[in-house]
Amino acid sequence: MSGMSRIVKTITNITLPLIVIYGLYIILHGHLTPGGGFQGGAVVASGLAMIVVSYGSVWTMKKIKEKKLSTLESIGAISFIGLAFLGLLYGTKFFDNWFANSGGMFGDIVSYGNTAATINSAGVLPLMNIAVGLKVIAGLFAIVLVMAYATSKVKREA
Amino acid sequence: MSTDGILTFLLQHSPALIVAVPLLGAFLTPIIGKINDKIRNLFVIIIVLLTSFFVFLLSSNILSNGSIRTYVFGAASANNPVIRIFFQVDGLNAFMIIIGAILSIVAVLFSFRYLKEYTGQDKFYTLVLLMIAGMFGMMLTGDMFNFFVFLEITSIASCALIAFWTSKGESVYAGLKYIVISTIGALFILFAIAILYGQYNALNMGFLAASIQYTFLDKVALVLLISGLAMKAGIVPMHMWMPDAYGRAPISILLVGATQASLYALFRMVFTVYGSHLADILRHIKFRFFVTIEFDITLNGILGVLIIILALFTIIIGVFMALKQSDFKRLIAFAAVAEIGYMLLAIGAAIITISEIDTETGTIILSEVGVNSLKGGLFHIINDALDIGLMFLVAGAIYYVTKETSLNKLGGLARNMKYTTIFFLIGLFAVAGIPPMNGFASKLLIYESTYEINPILSIIAIMCSILLLAMFVKVFHSIFLGPKQEKFEKIREVPKSMLIAMAIISCIIIIFGLFPDIILQNIIEPAANALINNGLYIGGI
Amino acid sequence: MEVFNIPFIAVISLVIIGLYAVIFKRNLIKIVIGITLIESGVNLFLITLSYRENSIAPIYTNNPGGVMSLPVPQALTLTSIVIGVAVLALMLSLIVHIFRHYKTLNVTKIRGDDE
Repeated sequence: MSGMSRIVKTITNITLPLIVIYGLYIILHGHLTPGGGFQGGAVVASGLAMIVVSYGSVWTMKKIKEKKLSTLESIGAISFIGLAFLGLLYGTKFFDNWFANSGGMFGDIVSYGNTAATINSAGVLPLMNIAVGLKVIAGLFAIVLVMAYATSKVKREA
Repeated sequence: MSTDGILTFLLQHSPALIVAVPLLGAFLTPIIGKINDKIRNLFVIIIVLLTSFFVFLLSSNILSNGSIRTYVFGAASANNPVIRIFFQVDGLNAFMIIIGAILSIVAVLFSFRYLKEYTGQDKFYTLVLLMIAGMFGMMLTGDMFNFFVFLEITSIASCALIAFWTSKGESVYAGLKYIVISTIGALFILFAIAILYGQYNALNMGFLAASIQYTFLDKVALVLLISGLAMKAGIVPMHMWMPDAYGRAPISILLVGATQASLYALFRMVFTVYGSHLADILRHIKFRFFVTIEFDITLNGILGVLIIILALFTIIIGVFMALKQSDFKRLIAFAAVAEIGYMLLAIGAAIITISEIDTETGTIILSEVGVNSLKGGLFHIINDALDIGLMFLVAGAIYYVTKETSLNKLGGLARNMKYTTIFFLIGLFAVAGIPPMNGFASKLLIYESTYEINPILSIIAIMCSILLLAMFVKVFHSIFLGPKQEKFEKIREVPKSMLIAMAIISCIIIIFGLFPDIILQNIIEPAANALINNGLYIGGI
Repeated sequence: MEVFNIPFIAVISLVIIGLYAVIFKRNLIKIVIGITLIESGVNLFLITLSYRENSIAPIYTNNPGGVMSLPVPQALTLTSIVIGVAVLALMLSLIVHIFRHYKTLNVTKIRGDDE
């Protein structure tokens, strides 16, 4: 798939940071507002798919090898399972929320009731959201990139 | 900590560890595979052995006590049971995870040398570990939506395993056929789960069993559940994916495990979730044209008769389609379809003989014949998994040596491959039900109990078993006996690790065949009792 | 016929149209589209179950008070959508391989090549 004209490339350069920031906001506030790991990751991946469309899949494949995407995906997956296993060691059961109400990074105590919430609450949930979001970004972007590259190869061979 | 303390800690957390350890291994395999090949093989076999250790720890505890064990995720105890996810392990679950552990050890051992010259082994072992994790999750869970998630994990991993050799076109097409039928079945199951959730606001199997009433929507959900699970288990008329998928997969023995897990789910849904209504009587069936027709049909009558009809079709079609195949692996796949028909026949016979429900303890009361038939069906699950698994391993060994699977082109291999011939003979006797092997014990139980219900059923079952024996003898003659062919002059015996894998299964087959009483008493009886005894399952919450 | 029954009618029609596309169409891409339609129908059914009359979104912080719609089926639907995306990606990659090998996407022609 070859790239598009210069106008499309310029607009992609302008709008891509906005889309990525919006997606990261959805991932990070997953415990307060609707959203979370998968939804935010899908938004960022659609923004990155815009690069594949406007710059061409051959150019993108040269810049970003898929080995690096595979490593990123593995890091996301291992941190997710690792956090669940740490719940086994520090808490009571598997997948336990051992970080909540403990005063650490995400460990503020939220008062009960109908008040505004802070982002510093709900223990291990934001960390798991970040891990899942990283995995989804890497995974969906790799799927789109490899499929575009493979179909362009089919067209070149046929 | 002392050894006792560590063992108690592991035993308490073992239902979650059985699923989580292969998952962690699957995510770590691509990173470790970058270092070296041998280290990755060692890592995979260590993970599988660790999982099997947990399996045997858990199942020996449950089968000796006859108790039930509940594992709540994310909390110390079940203080708010409507919103928690449970893993519930009773006798039937312990029985199924033993099968899964044996199949996974043998499959991983066999695949070390089998795939030695092929590339992409990193991805292969990742997919195998993911499929093992999904299979154990399906067998252990006590929550309906959790079961759906693990079912989809298993089917995605198996589809990628079937289509693994992408340079041939037929295996990719077999994988596509498998995942289309599998996804439609899984979506039917999700529809039924949504109907049940909308009515009772509960996703837990124990909760649903305690509070289910038999309205019209529940009947719709039961039909959808049975057809969805039948699509995954390969029952006629939804069996079209089985010969293609089993014939093209590099490691078909794990797929056998996934099929048995869906069959287990069928038993669990029919007996436990709908258990308290199997003896209700439908009094009125109203048709729409202003005519009220009154029938007096018992539910277990209809359900049992339907299941027996499906089972007979499965056996007959499986055996007759297998007679005209000329490809070795497809022939074994059709024999596997026929064997699933035997298990379904036993369960249908058990359902027909239900007389009443004891509402105090929640036990289903079957007649003596029904209990025997249930035991035969459950024993046949593990026998069939081992026998068909051994045949697939033999077929894989022949393919590794000669790169051929068609019966027309093979011949005269018994001179060079002595051990493989012996293993094939053991598998042949076991599938056909000849006395020193385990197939005899389970098939005898099925024949006896179905004879009491209706003699025609048992006559059809015996005749098809004889046809299976004749077919496998023909295969044995055309592959192993006969004159030596020129292009097979230089072949040798298969490498040692594959022989060890086949030998493990053969030893288990012979042990089960020589001492069926011990197996029946210790393993099958708790499983059958756990199916019948609903109150224990519900009380576990 | 009340107005609240319309989503259920939409679910049944989506499932029936999807089943028709899977069973009776000859092109592989149309079969995949049929599967996507069935899956959309089941997701719609899951979300429709969680609606209560005149309810607000189930967010707990700073809410104006009132009946909330159920949050559990929304989580189930999200999981089902994720699974659907993964299955769709897998099916489409397999179709790319099949096209490269057989040079056609017609089911009858591919089955004729196989035994």
